[in-house]
Amino acid sequence: MTQAFRIENGGLINRHKKLSFKFNGKTYLGYEGDTLASALLANGVHLVGRSFKYHRPRGFFGAGVDEPYAVVQLFRNGETEPNIKATEQELFEGLEAKSVNCWPSVNFDIGAINNFLKIFLPAGFYYKTFMWPKSFWYRIYEPFIRKAAGLGVASTKHDKERYEHKYEYCDLLIAGSGPSGLASAYAAAKNGAKVILAEDKPRFGGSLLTSDVNIGNQSGKDWADGIVAELKTMPNVVVKNRSQIFGYYDHNMLVMSEKVSDHLPSTKKYHPNKRLWYIRAKEVLISSGSIERPIVFGNNDTPGVMLSSAAKEYLKVYSVLVGRKPLVFTNNDSGYETAIEFKKHGVDPVVLDSRKNSESEIIDEAKNLGINIKNSYVVVAAQGYKKVKSADIASISEDKKQLGKIENIQCDCICVSGFWTPTIHLASQSGNKTKFKEEIDAFVTGQSKQNEITLGAANGVFSLEETLKTSFTAGSELSKKITENDNKIPIPNVVEKKSSQHDKFWCVPLPKGKNYKRFLDFQNDVAVSDVEIALREGYRSIEHVKRYTTLGMATDQGKTSNLNGLQLVSEIENKVVPAVGHTTFRPPYTPVSIGAIVGREVGKHSKPTRKSPMHSWHEKNNAVFVDAGVWLRPRYYKRGNENLFEGSKREAKNVRTNVGVCDVTTLGKIDIKGPDAAELLNRVYTNAWLKLPVGKARYGLMLREDGIVMDDGTTTRISENHYHMTTTTAQAANVLSHLEYYLQLVWPELNVNVVSTTEQWAGAAIAGPKSRDLLQKLFPNSDVSNEGLPFMGYMEGDLFGVKARIYRISFSGELAYEVNVESDYGNFMWEKIIEVGEEFNIQPYGTEALSTLRIEMGHVAGSELDGRTIPFDNALEGLVSKKKDFIGKRSLQRSAFIAKDRQRIVGVVPLDKQTSIPEGSHLVKDDKAPLPNPKLGHISASCWSVEYDNPFSLAILKDGKNMIGQKLFAMSPLKNKIIPVEIVSSHYVDPKGERVRS
Amino acid sequence: MLYINCPHCGMRSQNEFSYGGDASVKRPELNKEVSDQEWDNFVYNRKSLRGKHLELWQHISGCRQWIKVERDTATHEIFRTFKSDEEVA
Ligand SMILES: [Zn+2]
Repeated sequence: MTQAFRIENGGLINRHKKLSFKFNGKTYLGYEGDTLASALLANGVHLVGRSFKYHRPRGFFGAGVDEPYAVVQLFRNGETEPNIKATEQELFEGLEAKSVNCWPSVNFDIGAINNFLKIFLPAGFYYKTFMWPKSFWYRIYEPFIRKAAGLGVASTKHDKERYEHKYEYCDLLIAGSGPSGLASAYAAAKNGAKVILAEDKPRFGGSLLTSDVNIGNQSGKDWADGIVAELKTMPNVVVKNRSQIFGYYDHNMLVMSEKVSDHLPSTKKYHPNKRLWYIRAKEVLISSGSIERPIVFGNNDTPGVMLSSAAKEYLKVYSVLVGRKPLVFTNNDSGYETAIEFKKHGVDPVVLDSRKNSESEIIDEAKNLGINIKNSYVVVAAQGYKKVKSADIASISEDKKQLGKIENIQCDCICVSGFWTPTIHLASQSGNKTKFKEEIDAFVTGQSKQNEITLGAANGVFSLEETLKTSFTAGSELSKKITENDNKIPIPNVVEKKSSQHDKFWCVPLPKGKNYKRFLDFQNDVAVSDVEIALREGYRSIEHVKRYTTLGMATDQGKTSNLNGLQLVSEIENKVVPAVGHTTFRPPYTPVSIGAIVGREVGKHSKPTRKSPMHSWHEKNNAVFVDAGVWLRPRYYKRGNENLFEGSKREAKNVRTNVGVCDVTTLGKIDIKGPDAAELLNRVYTNAWLKLPVGKARYGLMLREDGIVMDDGTTTRISENHYHMTTTTAQAANVLSHLEYYLQLVWPELNVNVVSTTEQWAGAAIAGPKSRDLLQKLFPNSDVSNEGLPFMGYMEGDLFGVKARIYRISFSGELAYEVNVESDYGNFMWEKIIEVGEEFNIQPYGTEALSTLRIEMGHVAGSELDGRTIPFDNALEGLVSKKKDFIGKRSLQRSAFIAKDRQRIVGVVPLDKQTSIPEGSHLVKDDKAPLPNPKLGHISASCWSVEYDNPFSLAILKDGKNMIGQKLFAMSPLKNKIIPVEIVSSHYVDPKGERVRS
Repeated sequence: MLYINCPHCGMRSQNEFSYGGDASVKRPELNKEVSDQEWDNFVYNRKSLRGKHLELWQHISGCRQWIKVERDTATHEIFRTFKSDEEVA
């Protein structure tokens, strides 16, 4: 394939490196330094997609971030990504892209029938058409819209790419590397400020890459290259290309997406695909430039109609002719600059200028070159379906209301310039009160809310000389405040051509008898007629018009459409534009990959993994792990071909008959010290704590102020003013914060310190009838008899030379102990217990057996203490002191909490003694009752009772206290089960609690 | 993301803190008769006002101190920050 539209010489592409790529299955050639758009245009490809609503053929409209049409599906190294702008995607060897929004192909698109069913899709069509009949939505409308619309397909595969996040701080963050960005960065850098300069394009320089100016006796581009080269050598400056600052958030936090690898065929090893920068800047300089705006005319969406600045960029940067017979349609001098470039490359353009007469250096140059200029002329309509073939043009009266006789003129592209719109998005996101500037018919920034300043074209200043002057000054003034250096930079002299006043003209009237579509928003297919309908139907607020018509709501956020939309509304409403006001700009300025936002926090990295010191032992002994919050805990230790049910049953049984050991390191532990420690516990727990002797543990229950149970656990008095508190694994962090809250804010007079020691202690629970015999062998010098270490007793011991803490507490309901040693000795302790325990037939047990043991004992845990239950619900009202006050006590008097039929924990056994009841099942009286079947309670936890060898569950049941012996049904629609059950006591095994005291 | 001046540690990003609600709420004293209305106001009723708001934050990934932050709920501007025991004038 030849690149028929590529000019022989010039441009900024690397002609030594040819690249081949595929578009819609066809292979083309381009050069290194091309974008996908410039390479396609070099090959004469103008048709890239179909429009969103009417599926009209769409080409290229811009050359960068403002592009509304050329959105493609990209394929790279086995991955695919939708919503990629061809004008931003750099070419690489082997690139593959496809058109979106067309089915079955870009050349023959079934959806284009919408174009002929206009009556079907006017403004508000989403709201009107698809509202009725209601049942049609799921079956007919939604699938139809989904098939016909959309901007590509998200990959369903796991994304192999890596995305990174980075936090950065700087004195000055500068968005955009055009003349104002470079000048301010340079001045600030010379004052020693820490500067980050961000450019979204691959090349630095902004408008200097395409404008015909001189700075300090060199071309604008050479000056820019020199400044960038020098900035890159300075240690206090970070210069980043391919980096888009897309969001301006509170307190001068900005977020930037750096495309690290998108321009390469595949990501390099150890490199991310994209890097998201969170930058906290003392000062922000916005030099984001301006975007040319279109003039609205008939069929202005035909491929071949594009911004004149884009045509110039394709020519000057990429050496690509967007046409050989160009028509330039302008209301200002910028169109002439494009015409001059065409002429210099041997192509004869025709210029239509809406102004009656205008004089400037630029126009003089065009005239001297012999360019055909027609004043007071406009394009009425583009002709051609998949590509511009000609244009209907006409003269226009001075009041812009009357068109002359329509003539047809041959052309293959129409380059439009409706003057410039400053890019104020970032300033607006920051909270800047923008204002309308009459001279340029656009909004500029006003009062800053944060430390931000907008410079150059982004601030509506289009003179290079003034831009450089203000930017050098701003850069040095702002940096001086921070670094207190004051290096004066001489401002270089500037040679630029002066332009004349633009014409306040933005929309060509319809000729009599014609009904051309005149588009405002090219990506969402919003035409002048749609906005007219919206206003006729009574929509007045610009925010409402936007939503009703979808004007400016596409992925380009109306970069080329907003102002023309405002002009239209203001004209019809007979208001001035500032009174209409613009819609709110919100981040992101450009689409950002979800992957970049998520960063490294995916899969295993979505949360930290915490492991106990005994983890490697568990691994070596075939533990099957389960996530317990961020901890990994053994669920059971697999023997042979055992499954979870068999393994956990064996382990639980062994605890009931011999002895088992369980890793309980994950339990939250808080060290509490100070003379008022007992008083704190007494206020925090529902039960009494003032009289707990040294060397004793007590079970405690903690409420929130609203009376709901927050957590439970045992706390041990180690010495006079020293307590060791345990919390559940899940609530460890919350309980610490809770204690700190009361100590620091509510009762600062209490002299107590709290600190988390969860990770300082390794814990092993030894449970079962033979646990005392084992303990005696582990601690031969300690008296661990029932008298020496009674239930809820505590002592310190010597475990083969390692200091240990021994607590006689039980979660399993068996005679049990918990041994703690410093974490580093955890594995030593564990191995000793296993080794010494061998003669007692010890087996390690996991969380599944642990659950089984506590459930059949009726001990509550997280599934009952679920943030919805009070002490009574858990049959723990005996722990609620009547004498003293504590956190949440007053709430327990709420009428719902003292209701006669208050919910309460019960045991549930299936009548057939066979069918396990799924957790979460609802308990109902009548399984045949019509829906919604009144729910009496729910199953909170289920196990297979090893004591009775049948299923057993715990439930929170309405009026549970009086329901023992009742027959109900457990219903699980999820598992499609209806199980007849009997309600029994929650204390299924050892109801008197004799074993723990034995 | 807010930038909060911890009176103990200095300027830190919001993601080091956790929010603790209205700092003007006073817990009724222990062992004191409290009416339903008074208790309701303490536990549930909050003003959710627009504008200047004194609120609690805990520097959870830092010094773990609870601090008071005077912030505008509409603009997110932070005016002053205080230690937990500092009087707010
Ligand atoms: Zn702090």
